[in-house]
Amino acid sequence: MNWELFKTFFRIGLFTLGGGYAMIPLIEEEVVNRHRWVEKQQLLDLIAVAQSCPGVFAANISIFVGYKLRSVRGAVITCLGTCLPSFVIILVIAMFFYQFQNNAIIQALFRGIRPAVVALIAVPTFRLAKSAHITLANCWIPIVSALAIWALGVSPILIILIAGLGGYIWGILISTESQQSQHSQGSPTPPTSNSHQ
Amino acid sequence: MIFLYLFITFFEIGLFGFGGGYGMLSLIQGEVVHHHHWMTTAEFTDIVAISQMTPGPVGINSATYCGYTAAVNAGYPVTMGMLGSATATIALVLPSLILMILISRMLMRYMQSHLVQSVFAGLRPAVVGLLAAAALLLCTADNFSTPSTNLWQFCISVAIFVATFFGIMVMKINPIRMICYSAFAGLLLLY
Repeated sequence: MNWELFKTFFRIGLFTLGGGYAMIPLIEEEVVNRHRWVEKQQLLDLIAVAQSCPGVFAANISIFVGYKLRSVRGAVITCLGTCLPSFVIILVIAMFFYQFQNNAIIQALFRGIRPAVVALIAVPTFRLAKSAHITLANCWIPIVSALAIWALGVSPILIILIAGLGGYIWGILISTESQQSQHSQGSPTPPTSNSHQ
Repeated sequence: MIFLYLFITFFEIGLFGFGGGYGMLSLIQGEVVHHHHWMTTAEFTDIVAISQMTPGPVGINSATYCGYTAAVNAGYPVTMGMLGSATATIALVLPSLILMILISRMLMRYMQSHLVQSVFAGLRPAVVGLLAAAALLLCTADNFSTPSTNLWQFCISVAIFVATFFGIMVMKINPIRMICYSAFAGLLLLY
């Protein structure tokens, strides 16, 4: 079982190209259809939580599945399985590239690649903006945070902390407001979202 | 002691890196290029390109690569570079390991609560800004050259940027294929 877990997530790590989201269908095939370790609905829940948490998405989801099946040992095994292909491949390339990076042809290749990489990061910015429901009303948040990091040199970690705190305070304001309006209407039901805390 | 700093830095990045591998890039860049000066912007851009083209999640690939480059740039031999890689990679996933286990154990039910959801609602637009900052921070003379030093390279670089952006965004061409095209353009026009 341990070996099977390791092998499966090693394969998932090896065949993930690009961002972690490309691996969702791969995980579903292996974990749900082939090994039947997790039910499909459960996997969707895990994916939703893993996406909202910090860290590499691929590592998060593999740790979730590993922990579910084999507790801490399983989590460590699946995490190692997902990271190991990256680790080995990148190390080989890094050692190789370090000797060739002063080669004129390699340098010309990378002079072409570098502007393309900037575009590669600009594209997900707009895609993410769509899925994060950025509208005219809240577009100041990404603009201000980008400018603060880029022009003022503010640490991105500080931006994350402020944004999280801002969301928290906003959430408290919204819930007290809805409570007040419910009280004024004489409604006996408390807000459902806080009822089970 | 660069290995201790590598560990602390990548642990922090793992802990605060919301928004997947790309969201993490501006954190990694801020730390390894601007804060610790372990490598240049050009070196970092190359690492992003290679991490994108090789199998494996971008976040883990770039952490492994940055760990290696930081150690070797600091004058350590190749074997210590491997240790740098291992340090950065383990430090990056350690917060995930701890957080995911905690969440599986007890926090699962809080994840859907109103307050946790409003924290995420605040984070999401900021992560878009983080991604935009990562792209803006890479617009440097290292990556594009400047009109005064090399007008030809600057124009070609801007053209490659625009072509790649539209190729991926509008024409939905595979990003790895676009990197190969731009490498070819570099070889032909910027040799």
